[in-house]
Amino acid sequence: MRRLLYLLPVLVLGVLALFFMKGLEMDPHEIPSVLLNTPAPAINLAALPGHDHGLTTDDLKGRVSVVDIFGSWCVSCAQEHPTLLAIKETGIVPIYGIDWRDDPVKGAEWLKKNGDPYERVGLDPAPGHASVDFGVTGAPESFIVDKGGIIRWKHIGPITPEVWETELLPKIRELQK
Amino acid sequence: MRKALALCACLLALSGPVLAADPDEMLKDPAQEARAEKIGQGLRCLVCQSESIENSNADLARDLRVIVRERVKAGDSDRQVVGYVVARYGDYVLLKPPFKARTLVLWGGPFALLLGALGVLVVFFRRRSAAGSPPPLTPEEIRRLDALLKDSGNS
Repeated sequence: MRRLLYLLPVLVLGVLALFFMKGLEMDPHEIPSVLLNTPAPAINLAALPGHDHGLTTDDLKGRVSVVDIFGSWCVSCAQEHPTLLAIKETGIVPIYGIDWRDDPVKGAEWLKKNGDPYERVGLDPAPGHASVDFGVTGAPESFIVDKGGIIRWKHIGPITPEVWETELLPKIRELQK
Repeated sequence: MRKALALCACLLALSGPVLAADPDEMLKDPAQEARAEKIGQGLRCLVCQSESIENSNADLARDLRVIVRERVKAGDSDRQVVGYVVARYGDYVLLKPPFKARTLVLWGGPFALLLGALGVLVVFFRRRSAAGSPPPLTPEEIRRLDALLKDSGNS
């Protein structure tokens, strides 16, 4: 019994070490969304110049979709852009864009120059009410919304081909069943 | 030189915490603005994380400052404004975590450790005083001790 008592500090140290090791692997910027499994927020966003439609909550109902928060000012958004265009090519899922804190003209030009992977794009000027309603922490950030308009997944950071294959696509396939 | 130092010290003492709110995003009503600032100081900037939205220069922090002021202006109570932000970002956005079942270990842990350590100390000292002082030496022991001391004195 007394011997066990001497082991106590070692045990405490061991538990602390486990916590710290886990902490090393965790990304403090990946904040779990409280909005998972809740209805997508009510939005009604204006169209970009030259585009026919803005984006409303009703657009997100009826089929599984991806909502992508981006901006022409955002460097990592340019990085994920080719992947979004490739996803559009496959026709597996519609991607809706929220052009966050952007100048409408710059946003429209950016899409013209780089290609437009979005089914519809809504403009969300500062202070970005719609994006804040989605709990945005930075661009790009993407959500999978199910047929009923419920948020089922959130991805922080650019969508790479690997993220698409391993994270988003399986989730989308499952929701499409 | 000494004067300059004294001036520096005075200026430092006078300067308050620097807030990032631009004059144009501040509310006209000073009471409302004071409330908004107080609320904002309790909300974490999601970009810089260890700063409050009132202290941060990040765009998102600015947006949240504006939104907090919109809510205050619209007549929300402090609790409603905080609730509005927590509904979108979770408890994580609060710089001071709330006391509830999930955070019991966080809030109670240090006190539990303190009580535990006090308990160990009490047991330790009790045992020591229970053992008491050793019994006095017998005449035989005193004689042997004297002999030993004499011995070492001679060498």
